[in-house]
Amino acid sequence: MVKTINEINQKIREGNVVVVTAAEMKEIVEELGAERAAKEVDVVTTGTFGAMCSSGAFFNFGHSDPPIKMQRVWMNDVEAYTGIAAVDAYLGAAQLSETAEEYGGSHVIEELVKGREVELKATAYGTDCYPRKEIVTEISLEDVNQAVMLNPRNAYQRYNAATNSSNRLLRTYMGTLLPNFGNVTFAGTGEISPLNNDPEYRTIGVGTRIFLCGAKGYVIGEGTQHAPPYGTLMVKGNLKEMKPEFMRAAYFPGYGATLFVGIGIPIPILDADMARFTAVRNSEIETKIIDFSVARRDRPVVRKVTYEELISGKVEINGEEVRVSPLSSFYMAEKIMEELKRQVERGEFSLTAPVDRIPTKEIFKPMRQREIKVVKSVMVKAHTIPPETPIEEAARLMIDKGLNHLPVVENDVLVGIITSWDIAKAVARNKKGVVREIMTRKVIYTHPDEPVEVAARKMEKNDISALPVVDSRKRVLGIVTSEDLSRLIAR
Amino acid sequence: MRLLLRFDSKTVREPVISRTTLETGALINILRASVGARRGEILIEVEDEKVKEIEGVLEKLGVDVVELAEAVQKDDELCVHCGACVSICPTEAISFNGEKRVVITAEKCVHCGACVKVCPTRALSLPL
Ligand code: SF4
Ligand code: SF4
Repeated sequence: MVKTINEINQKIREGNVVVVTAAEMKEIVEELGAERAAKEVDVVTTGTFGAMCSSGAFFNFGHSDPPIKMQRVWMNDVEAYTGIAAVDAYLGAAQLSETAEEYGGSHVIEELVKGREVELKATAYGTDCYPRKEIVTEISLEDVNQAVMLNPRNAYQRYNAATNSSNRLLRTYMGTLLPNFGNVTFAGTGEISPLNNDPEYRTIGVGTRIFLCGAKGYVIGEGTQHAPPYGTLMVKGNLKEMKPEFMRAAYFPGYGATLFVGIGIPIPILDADMARFTAVRNSEIETKIIDFSVARRDRPVVRKVTYEELISGKVEINGEEVRVSPLSSFYMAEKIMEELKRQVERGEFSLTAPVDRIPTKEIFKPMRQREIKVVKSVMVKAHTIPPETPIEEAARLMIDKGLNHLPVVENDVLVGIITSWDIAKAVARNKKGVVREIMTRKVIYTHPDEPVEVAARKMEKNDISALPVVDSRKRVLGIVTSEDLSRLIAR
Repeated sequence: MRLLLRFDSKTVREPVISRTTLETGALINILRASVGARRGEILIEVEDEKVKEIEGVLEKLGVDVVELAEAVQKDDELCVHCGACVSICPTEAISFNGEKRVVITAEKCVHCGACVKVCPTRALSLPL
């Protein structure tokens, strides 16, 4: 039995279309089987509501008098990109305000959708046709010609979950990760998420009409980093028609601004295969839990996991139960599926056939880099001392050799470090004795093959100016200082 | 009733909790304590009937007492029920209800503020 999109649209017009949400469809297929379910059901609505940094909006502000060819432009002090025509600009959701804390492009977009005014400021170099060099004014969505949400990468089919094996708290785009595998976070809505219900991308493609933040929007192609089954979509929609309840500006503490975007996609049940696809369960959707404490591109995989386990709220890591936070809102996703279902039933939303397919195979390549600079290339030989060295002798060594840091080594293994500051404090207090009594025991160190950026971030976060370089058995191979690193990174 | 006790550099050294128990005969349950050299904060739970008596003794000992009638507050206009706060709460006071909305169980909240710091929509705040 095969249905066409035209036949389904005919039913929508006649008011006898059968629409169910993706959550309801699982039960229906289980009960009736795929063949019969495909006969009964015409449309399945899917939904997702997640923080999507790769979002933003194009604006055309209209011309001022005298006119300006904007060279730089800000909306509420958040800079937008205007390297296009005179009064066109793209405001990215993740761009941060230059003046306000915890405020970014997503917040500007939200204010506009709520009907508020924002300040528009632009500067220019001035030309014969566009003489004005500066403008400051207020605008609302009513004032601009076009305001088009255009998101390069949304609606992730599935996404890596995050955890943290280190002993410090990490603040990431995957939320706050507690130390020592204290929690797990994940994104995506699993079995109700649009692309998981059409895994071969038969009905979702270029031109598909979708629900985007309360307005009608369109898929304009596969999203950036599209790599099935980690598929993504590029979407657009009219910002002027969007509703504030289906989007939310957000700021992940310690990370930055982002936008919660509500997306719903209706899936036509053309045949039994489509019914089978839309019956997919969370237990069949797999992803990986990744250790975010390794600040590298290839982060270690802690374990494989299904969305069923993630959604249950607890997963097991190394034999211990760890609590899980979703970062996508299942409540909002359901609300979107229900809203879209209502719109299709009422004949307000008709279905489209894709004008072109999006790729079912694609890989996500890493960046081509000139070279990855590692600690080995900047470290210098370290002068080490045993813990029983008298403080005076250590002080003399530092002065003679012009050193600020001395790693302390016992039986070949790093056990501490002393700095010129430790020595100065000891001297000021008239403290005599050996280095062991004044050294820092919890040494922060690096490895020879750690990228210099990672080592630099360690120093910055811990407010220190050197790191001993050790091998896997904690034997000291050298030392790197922040001065050496900054010289290298700046170059 | 939950009481938040604030100590200054003087009271922080005194055994005020024991003294209060001795004077009032009340059972005091310590939910959370962060005590430093110069000041400290202790969150306690006491029987409702004894609240006034306990407050009297503590204040006499120089401790600043705040009654905490409510748990951490969530602004439902802002909350999108993303659940980022759920796994952060040390006492499992935050959870999903049957409708997949995020809810706070007031009796479990120990006012630690951990959830406030992670919420991406700034929906959470401590009522003080
Ligand atoms: S983190 Fe904030 S927005 Fe998310 S569920 Fe908790 S209170 Fe709501
Ligand atoms: S304040 Fe602390 S105890 Fe209360 S809900 Fe938030 S995290 Fe849980």
